[in-house]
Amino acid sequence: MKALAQEKNPYKPEPMRLIRRYPLNEDVHFFQVRAVDMEKALHLNYLPGQFMEVSLPGVGEAPFSISSTPSRPGLLEFGIKCVGNVTNAIFRLKENSVFGVRGPYGNGFPVDKMRGHDLVIIMGGLGAVPLRSLLLYALDNRDQFGKLYLLHGARKPDEMLFREEFFHMMNRDDLECFLTVDQDDTGKWQYNTGLITRLIPRLTDIDPEKTFVTVCGPPVMYKFVVTGILKLNVPKHQILMTLERKMKCGVGKCGHCIIGGYIYTCLEGPVFSYWDVIHMKGLI
Amino acid sequence: MIAMKMKKENLNDFLEAIKPFGTLWGPVKNGDNFSLEKIDDYSKLDLTALRTKIPFKKLLTPPKFSMFSFNMEDSKPAFDDPQKRIIFGLHPCDLHGLMIMDNFFNMHYPDPYYLERRRRTAIIGLSCVPDEKCFCKTTNTHYAEGGFDLALTDLEDFFIIWVGSSLGDDMIRECPQLVNENVDHDDLSKYIQWRQHRESSFKMEMDFTGMPSIMELSWDNPLWEELGEKCLSCGACTIVCPTCPCFNVFDEINLKQTEGRRIRQWDSCMFREYSMVAGGHNFRESRAERLKLRFTHKLQAFVGKFGEPACVGCGRCIDTCPVDIDIRTVGMRLKGEEVMA
Repeated sequence: MKALAQEKNPYKPEPMRLIRRYPLNEDVHFFQVRAVDMEKALHLNYLPGQFMEVSLPGVGEAPFSISSTPSRPGLLEFGIKCVGNVTNAIFRLKENSVFGVRGPYGNGFPVDKMRGHDLVIIMGGLGAVPLRSLLLYALDNRDQFGKLYLLHGARKPDEMLFREEFFHMMNRDDLECFLTVDQDDTGKWQYNTGLITRLIPRLTDIDPEKTFVTVCGPPVMYKFVVTGILKLNVPKHQILMTLERKMKCGVGKCGHCIIGGYIYTCLEGPVFSYWDVIHMKGLI
Repeated sequence: MIAMKMKKENLNDFLEAIKPFGTLWGPVKNGDNFSLEKIDDYSKLDLTALRTKIPFKKLLTPPKFSMFSFNMEDSKPAFDDPQKRIIFGLHPCDLHGLMIMDNFFNMHYPDPYYLERRRRTAIIGLSCVPDEKCFCKTTNTHYAEGGFDLALTDLEDFFIIWVGSSLGDDMIRECPQLVNENVDHDDLSKYIQWRQHRESSFKMEMDFTGMPSIMELSWDNPLWEELGEKCLSCGACTIVCPTCPCFNVFDEINLKQTEGRRIRQWDSCMFREYSMVAGGHNFRESRAERLKLRFTHKLQAFVGKFGEPACVGCGRCIDTCPVDIDIRTVGMRLKGEEVMA
């Protein structure tokens, strides 16, 4: 067995160390990791909306959206829900264990095009994970964006991901932050109650032509949120959503994430515009 | 390209002379089928073979191989297949398939497993006369001007040899006494005659131009449901397809759980698990949806990306499908053409 290939092997994972982990809610945990090689840790370039493949020898690989922002280099953050073989094994990892990660993959958000625009970030449930990356990125580069809105919905207060972080953001004056839960079973919820779509009319003073709206959440959310956003006259190609498919290899080879005949989600996605969604069949 | 000729009786000597370029693989009769095998005995090489059951891809991206060996601390890429090979007898359809595969594994993130094997492989093409399942004329892949190092056109008592690469030229330089570099007007006439004979041998011709727009309008065609009822989801069509590259990746570990291998194995979009994600959601639950993906990929979306279909008309899926789903008649029915039973 010899390593002879001229190419860099895109399937080879990079060893990363689990720095810390804690629960975000009952099912979803926060994982903060860093490349063991410090040089690589500091020079890992990625975009909000991109994903990494976590690779556990003997178990396999699965894709995860990056939740941290490239504007804070060194540490990578993920919010992971325990649903399958790989995530079960990830949940058994203890702090300081070393495992494989490769990436980043996917197109990510077109932040270069988004600069200079107003930005509306709409997240529901697990959708908070990838969009937190974009939100933190926009906050860290605040002067490059116009108005900034965050709409975040969860089913119940205890299920809201990153809620402490977002509660603090309510006090910022460079961000309009609206939080809502479908129902408050605690009796202590201080913010909005009801579906996230009810928050859309609060986006009164956006300039639709100069606005990017990003949406990520459970499949049922897209239709209603997009309908609401279209009423504000935001152009279809400026409504962006990040979609899930079975991105197994991450490098456009294995085929599992293919949609509409020849769109490899891992290369051309997972961020698609609403115009993509209506002209590429099978996206939603 | 350079053209020269070689007497047919020189073929064995020629194959002997090019031995330094790698182990020879070629079509061999295997029951009712042909298969691509290692050739130790030139008499087993079958020049009449049309399609081998499994195409050349089995040598370049093997059905199952180890990508990495790992222990719990480290993983090492495993390139355990360093031998040089000559694949002999690829017909124009397969040469087109090979070019599609080369391009696929080279683009975006080049795949070292395929490319390393490909670099060690010399390709010798061979002409053919179609049977009733060949439809490479429909897919416009019935001539190949590339994809080979050498290609032979069989003109009864001699071959025209097309030299398509510098490696092919090196192979010829091993045995200049066996070839004649003067291709004359008589040879040209014979070649043209042969082409006319071959062109007239296609039994079934369709017009696949404009298929993408037909496919676009066929998204809700009831034909998909009808075919879905028939399809067994066996995946044979994808296994035999020279342009199907999809694979699955999984880990095998020893009993002590101290070391293991990351395995790459052919997968098929016809399989139910193909688009299923953790938690059990399946993006293509029904067989009709999976069939539609395969045909949309081959006849529509690939054309949009690369200007040609991903089907090279080799006829393997037609030959192999246990329930007679035929890409030709699927295309014709989508176009509203009558299909003879």
